[in-house]
Amino acid sequence: MAAPVPTPTMTPTAFVPAGAAAKIDVRQMHFYYGPRRVLDNVTLQIRPHEVTALIGPSGCGKSTFLRSINRMNDIVPGARVEGSICIDGQDIYAPSVDPVDLRRRVGMVFQKSNPFPKSIFENVAYGLRINRLARSREELGGRVESSLKSAALWDEVKDRLHTSALALSGGQQQRLCIARALAVEPDILLMDEPASALDPIATQRIEELVYQLKARYTIVIVTHNMQQAARVSDVTAFFWLGKLIECDRTNKIFTAPSQKLTEDYVTGRFG
Amino acid sequence: MTRTRRRKLLSSLFVAFCGSAVVVALTPLAFVLFFVVSQGARAVNLEFFTHMPTPVGEAGGGMANAIVGTLILTSLAAMIAVPIGVISGVYMSEYAGTRFAALVRFAADTLNGVPSIVIGLFAYAVVVVPFKQFSALAGGFALGTMMIPIIARTTEELLLLVPGSMREGALALGATRARAVFSVVLPAALPGIMTGIVLALARIAGETAPLLFTAFNNRFFNIRLTQPLSSLTVQVFTYATGPYEDWHRQAWAGALVLVTIVFACSLAARFATRRLERMHGRA
Repeated sequence: MAAPVPTPTMTPTAFVPAGAAAKIDVRQMHFYYGPRRVLDNVTLQIRPHEVTALIGPSGCGKSTFLRSINRMNDIVPGARVEGSICIDGQDIYAPSVDPVDLRRRVGMVFQKSNPFPKSIFENVAYGLRINRLARSREELGGRVESSLKSAALWDEVKDRLHTSALALSGGQQQRLCIARALAVEPDILLMDEPASALDPIATQRIEELVYQLKARYTIVIVTHNMQQAARVSDVTAFFWLGKLIECDRTNKIFTAPSQKLTEDYVTGRFG
Repeated sequence: MTRTRRRKLLSSLFVAFCGSAVVVALTPLAFVLFFVVSQGARAVNLEFFTHMPTPVGEAGGGMANAIVGTLILTSLAAMIAVPIGVISGVYMSEYAGTRFAALVRFAADTLNGVPSIVIGLFAYAVVVVPFKQFSALAGGFALGTMMIPIIARTTEELLLLVPGSMREGALALGATRARAVFSVVLPAALPGIMTGIVLALARIAGETAPLLFTAFNNRFFNIRLTQPLSSLTVQVFTYATGPYEDWHRQAWAGALVLVTIVFACSLAARFATRRLERMHGRA
């Protein structure tokens, strides 16, 4: 059999597939939009409390992969998944799994910040309200506050919680979206190029935040920016034309990748 | 140099052309307003708002019954059309690609194009005839029927303008589809929908034909919905086509009040929209 998926190289200090300890366990996953195959036989294990970066050129399927972890692709007509994706050992595409419930446990931050046209407070409270996670007004307020603190936004907005979220700067809006996602206490945080529309200072703040958050969450981040992947992630997965080419410890991917294609990409020879 | 001059000359020519087109378009409006205000102002006084029509030949009197009647009829119409219209709009935008949504859209556009007198006949057939009675309800039903397609299409178009990222944001937090639509997408489009509703109200407030044989007319003050009801438009129509000088004056006054109501509606819509938009951070 010609191995379509290069398996990660085993070296003593390097990457060991998480196996049973994996938080997210993806096996032989194919993804289709109608007749078009977008992901081809992806097998990947993501460990808890680590930051996994997904890199690769535009259209390589990394965003699609990310969005299949919380079944956001379900709303796209014609989208279809084969193979399995398990979170904590439970196949999330099993008929018994409710995607609405899944999405509460797997938070997501989008490329373009998308605060609701409501106040800052109501943005963070939204997930708590719809999931009935706060039993009293005090608890609601407390959880909004702690979420905003976790997203390093509290000090900037505490005096104007009830003003429109759309008046915040781009970087603040993105941190608000992170706070909103954290409020419902997910285990996993998916980030789809969360800093691509931000200036360097705002980007740095998001990256610091990612670093802090990994103690409490399992984070998967899609990025176009290879320096960013190198800075924030523990593990990097390189996608190319719908295939997972290589997945390994980040320092290994950037210094001594086992695949020629990976090396060409991270050194900027293409993409 | 000559090229530049020629271009500048052409530019000012076109600007002048556009400007005069605007003037031509606005002239009828200016004349309508001028006549309504100048003729109406002479006849409008406090009595016009507080008194009932007087018997023929007797001077004075007012249209208190018709003013209240118009308010009742438009409220009835809104009560029927706003829920149905908004929910149909939500349906059309949520199931935009389906054949049934296309059918609903086509039906709404067709209904929108149906002459108002036909709508009146329809209301006559389904409400007046079975109950053997002209009534405010029949009038409200006719006006509501006219409003539904306007509100449905406005709602649909405004919902489609809300970025998909809003919906995704809500879904990603564990919202169901219905929840996402009603708690995020619909509120995001609300300022525009409100404006659409008020403009639709302003439009139907000026309708006469659908009321002629539904709400009919009533010389007396009435707030019972099962009885015939007077309205400004029908009253103006009756008075303007009547043979008496006094009636004509009253008709002008009625026209002025009607125009003022419509104008106030548009202003209120703009004001409300701006306030909502400020809350939404856009203004």
